[in-house]
Amino acid sequence: MQIATPGPLRVVSGHLVVFRRLWRLNLLSSFVQPMLYLLGLGVGVGALVDRNAGSTATLGGVSYVAFVAPGLMATTAMAVCAAESMWPVMGGLKWRRDYHGIAATPLDASDIVFGHMIWMAMRAGITGAAVATALAFVDDTRSWGLLPAVIVAMAVGIAFAMPIMAYSVGAEMDGGFPAIQRFVIIPLFLFGGAFYPLSQLPEVVQWFARAFPLWHGVVVARGFTTGDTDWAGVAGHLAYVLLWAAVGTVISIRRLAKRLYP
Amino acid sequence: MPEPLIVARGLKKRFDDFEAVKGIDVEVQPGEVFGFLGPNGAGKSSTMRMIACVSPASEGTLRLFGMDPAVDGAKIRARIGVVPQLDTLDTELSVQENLWIYGRYFDLSRAECRRRATELLEFAQLTDRADSVVEHLSGGMKRRLSIARSLINEPELLLLDEPTTGLDPQARHVLWERLYRLKQQGVTQVLTTHYMDEAEQLCDRLVVMDQGLIVAEGSPRELIDQYSTREVLELRFGAGTNDQFGPQVVGIGDRFEVLPDRVLVYADDGEAALAEAHHRGLRPESALVRRSSLEDVFLLLTGRSLAD
Repeated sequence: MQIATPGPLRVVSGHLVVFRRLWRLNLLSSFVQPMLYLLGLGVGVGALVDRNAGSTATLGGVSYVAFVAPGLMATTAMAVCAAESMWPVMGGLKWRRDYHGIAATPLDASDIVFGHMIWMAMRAGITGAAVATALAFVDDTRSWGLLPAVIVAMAVGIAFAMPIMAYSVGAEMDGGFPAIQRFVIIPLFLFGGAFYPLSQLPEVVQWFARAFPLWHGVVVARGFTTGDTDWAGVAGHLAYVLLWAAVGTVISIRRLAKRLYP
Repeated sequence: MPEPLIVARGLKKRFDDFEAVKGIDVEVQPGEVFGFLGPNGAGKSSTMRMIACVSPASEGTLRLFGMDPAVDGAKIRARIGVVPQLDTLDTELSVQENLWIYGRYFDLSRAECRRRATELLEFAQLTDRADSVVEHLSGGMKRRLSIARSLINEPELLLLDEPTTGLDPQARHVLWERLYRLKQQGVTQVLTTHYMDEAEQLCDRLVVMDQGLIVAEGSPRELIDQYSTREVLELRFGAGTNDQFGPQVVGIGDRFEVLPDRVLVYADDGEAALAEAHHRGLRPESALVRRSSLEDVFLLLTGRSLAD
């Protein structure tokens, strides 16, 4: 007897049909942007930083470009997955209304939510892999650690995607999205430990950064790419990252079910 | 008598403090085309959503294929097709991509999705638009695509919520003809509409709903026979004078009704009623004798005031 395809994977195959139309543009923008940062900051600012006595020690004994590279993989995953969990999710309920279409089939809210999670992990993985490929061409950033760093980027991606999805499926208006971008995503991008060690920042800002999953992902990814892995730390950081994804998933399912099956 | 496909007993739907459906009993037999008629806000769509297993009943029992939606919602949904009131098509994708995606939700293989999509595009007369992006289709084409999509799982029951609202007459007739074909293939259909001609054309049996309750039930013919006369005489007097002349038709036919723009006289013999009106010295600007329609029944039962 044939085994039925799990519901979330059926939802993912729907996402794939859509992505097939848009992937070139999508991949290009989510690849070009981190590359610009890598060149502008890693190479430009890096030349200044690396010349400064003692800076390499502060960065954990690596060049600036090697320090920034894993951070960029994580921040890119965060940015892509956060954006994909705002308007596209609200559109599924309100504008394209395809979530309602799915709700009329044997699939239900949990299939849509888990499908979104898998799809977001894939998107983060695809962009992460693209950035990793580019990093493999640079002497200072070439390492086998790029492979596990891609997986860390996937975890960071869903850690942002799922709580934001939980917000998006309950929201009536899209006015909150720019606020999330301005007050969470962009500050984390700047102060989340991707471009300099968190220790450079005031205590309060450090706690802000530690509360969100990005910094934890950056630390783990950097450990892998610079070959300085503390496994107990890895487990703790990843558990915290995945906790965000899990809580977001549970709330998303509950709120989406209420919207789809009133 | 085969087992009814849908059985509802005392079905109610409440939203917070508003009761949209106030306890209805419905049975739909396999192969039947069944209609819910009613003004806006009568509870038709809420009822349809409960039948589609996307809205739990607040009270009463509902069974489809002998199963309870609260327990076997997914199993039931696998056997029905839904054409929603608002299209849920992905307008950025092509016509066939919409069908493929939907087929995947029912776990059809990619090859099977393609095979059925080709067939359904033929059925929906959209074959030459297969690669068009949905956004560029006309309203009628989008509706036909919605119907084609709802058939991708070869449903035994098709639910159509106001399938032709907003379409031009040509598009409606094309749609009706397709729905008639489905009926001939034995697909049970349940639809809502507020077009009386649509109900007369399509439905074997229907219920009229008003304010959350069923107020009449039967075939279109039975309802007309029961609630109206065989014919209706329409008299148009000058603008603003219908009120004044209306009462003078008292006693002609079974009953009469004064509308802002005309006076309706319900009579089994319309020509005789017209002769009597002339005999009484009434000189309308125009007079028309027509057969009674479901619209007369509908307006009698649900009133002429705007529902919202």
